[in-house]
Amino acid sequence: MVQGSTDAADEKARPEVAVEIAGLNKWFGEFHVLRDINLNVARGERIVICGPSGSGKSTLLRCINHLEDWQTGRIVVDGIELNDDPRQIVAVRRDVGMVFQHFNLFPHLTVLENCTLAPIWVRQMPKRDAEAVAMKYLERVRIPEQAEKYPARLSGGQQQRVAIARALCMNPNIMLFDEPTSALDPEMVKEVLDTMVGLASDGITMLVVSHEMGFARQVADRVMFMADGQILEINEPKAFFAHPQHERTRLFLQQILH
Amino acid sequence: MADIARSSAARPSRRHARNIGNLALQVALVAIVLGLIAAAAHNAAVNMAKANIAHGFGFWNNTAGFDISQALVGYSASASTFGRAFWVGLLNTLLVSAVAIVLSTALGFIIGIARLSHNWLVSRLAGGYVELIRNIPLLLQILFWYNAVLKSLPELKGSVTLPFGGFLNNRGLFLPKPVFAPDFSAVVIALAIGVACALALRIWARRRQERTGEQVYLLGPTLALIVGLPFIVFLVAGKPLTFGIPDMGRFNIRGGLEILPEFAALLIALSVYTAAFIAEVVRAGVLAVPAGQTEAAQALGLRSTTTLRLVVVPQAMRMIVPPLTSQYLNLTKNSSLAVAIGYPDLVQVFAGSVLNITGQAVEVIAITMAVYLSISLVTSLLMSLYGRMVAVVER
Repeated sequence: MVQGSTDAADEKARPEVAVEIAGLNKWFGEFHVLRDINLNVARGERIVICGPSGSGKSTLLRCINHLEDWQTGRIVVDGIELNDDPRQIVAVRRDVGMVFQHFNLFPHLTVLENCTLAPIWVRQMPKRDAEAVAMKYLERVRIPEQAEKYPARLSGGQQQRVAIARALCMNPNIMLFDEPTSALDPEMVKEVLDTMVGLASDGITMLVVSHEMGFARQVADRVMFMADGQILEINEPKAFFAHPQHERTRLFLQQILH
Repeated sequence: MADIARSSAARPSRRHARNIGNLALQVALVAIVLGLIAAAAHNAAVNMAKANIAHGFGFWNNTAGFDISQALVGYSASASTFGRAFWVGLLNTLLVSAVAIVLSTALGFIIGIARLSHNWLVSRLAGGYVELIRNIPLLLQILFWYNAVLKSLPELKGSVTLPFGGFLNNRGLFLPKPVFAPDFSAVVIALAIGVACALALRIWARRRQERTGEQVYLLGPTLALIVGLPFIVFLVAGKPLTFGIPDMGRFNIRGGLEILPEFAALLIALSVYTAAFIAEVVRAGVLAVPAGQTEAAQALGLRSTTTLRLVVVPQAMRMIVPPLTSQYLNLTKNSSLAVAIGYPDLVQVFAGSVLNITGQAVEVIAITMAVYLSISLVTSLLMSLYGRMVAVVER
């Protein structure tokens, strides 16, 4: 087991901790999906999580904004401890944006309404301000001209960029990406990854579950490998790819890099 | 179909010949259908002439001469016409259908949501209700409520006394009847003003939220306007409402509001039965909204009530409305099972008594069918207008 909070070598890592996960255990019925997870994510840090399917990487991500409950251990996000108190949970979610594999845009709302829903109802923003913020981020993901359309009219890549803009409209400190490109046609992967690279240069804290190793090399501060609900290895990308420490990491990398 | 697909490849002359053949076939088919109808009509006319039965709609203004146990408009056996009897029956059908639609919708939504509950007992109870009710024939259920429940209530002498001067026995439910003094119109006006103000308040609150972002909770003020205002006017106007208390005599109960056991049995059976189907419609509609929608809304920090209101319900409603419409149509048509227990609905009064007395089966059945068709079409129209209101555009 590798402890996450060790390497001070990373120049971008500031002392402040964005996400602190300690002794996390979770079971789905009999299935032990997360085993003794310990991970500290520094503010502004970008971590790419990879691993075979069923290794618990998505589940771990979903615990951070409490879309999943867990049995033992603690998670502190931006100094807010997640427990069963709905107010704490909402407070964390306001601060943590999430992008899903299947976009999960609201089909009954236009692109613009998708983006303004949470600012209006959670941040209590005036409609005009919320729309200004939404347009700002839609320009940021380069689809302001689609604002009045319904999601079903957009391509997969465009929908995922709207989903990113929707999350950004809440002005989150932390962004979670759950396999953001794995439901996309190959030609649309790049437009979404480019958007994420742009975000990374802003210094927002990012946790990305992805098998896009090119993206990991380019953007990640640390790459993490999970298997069987454990963090087997976590390291800077150069070392991670050049000298994987664990036999299973080596095997996995061989498989996905050919 | 195959002809059409091949015809483009066929040579023009052969295609032409085939088209003429098709046309001839169609004409022949129409001629056969028209011939059958004509033969049936002729046969009916001959038979009715032989049996000395009049035809046409002249019977409409003849005196009916039979009693109807429940009439929403004035009716008497000796003075009213068959036409009047028709309206009495139609109103009874509309009354039981309308009330049953409201009750079954309320019950159906509650049970449908309950079946989705995470509480094991609640969801199992709701599931048991649905499985029990929808697998027993409706006619049997009507007979059950009428014979096994309502007719086994005590006799007149042993009437169950209800609070506020009501009685319950095997002749029906007798309740205090509201008697409105002229001044009561002030309360009605106050209610209308209250509703209008509440709507205006909603619009104001929405505009204000768009402008400032601030959310106002309107439940209190809305209740005050819709309930409080009419109540204050009611008190100020000197309580212009009295109740006619039913008075138990030796052989009869006089005064008050009488609800027939036939009406009650039909209403309960229709509501309970249709609610089981509506519950399934609601459950299917809610389940059709992917879990990812709720997760996305929650991940944005929306509370669960807001998520339901703004994300889940709008998407579920568009799934619910079309099958809900067919349940309403079924309910209205099923109300004709009233004949089994003698509730005086359109079929029992018009297609039953009137038909038997006049013998004019063709006219009476045709009118009855046309009425059900009209009710169904109007219901469909209203529901599709509502459906368009809640529809998701998704263009």
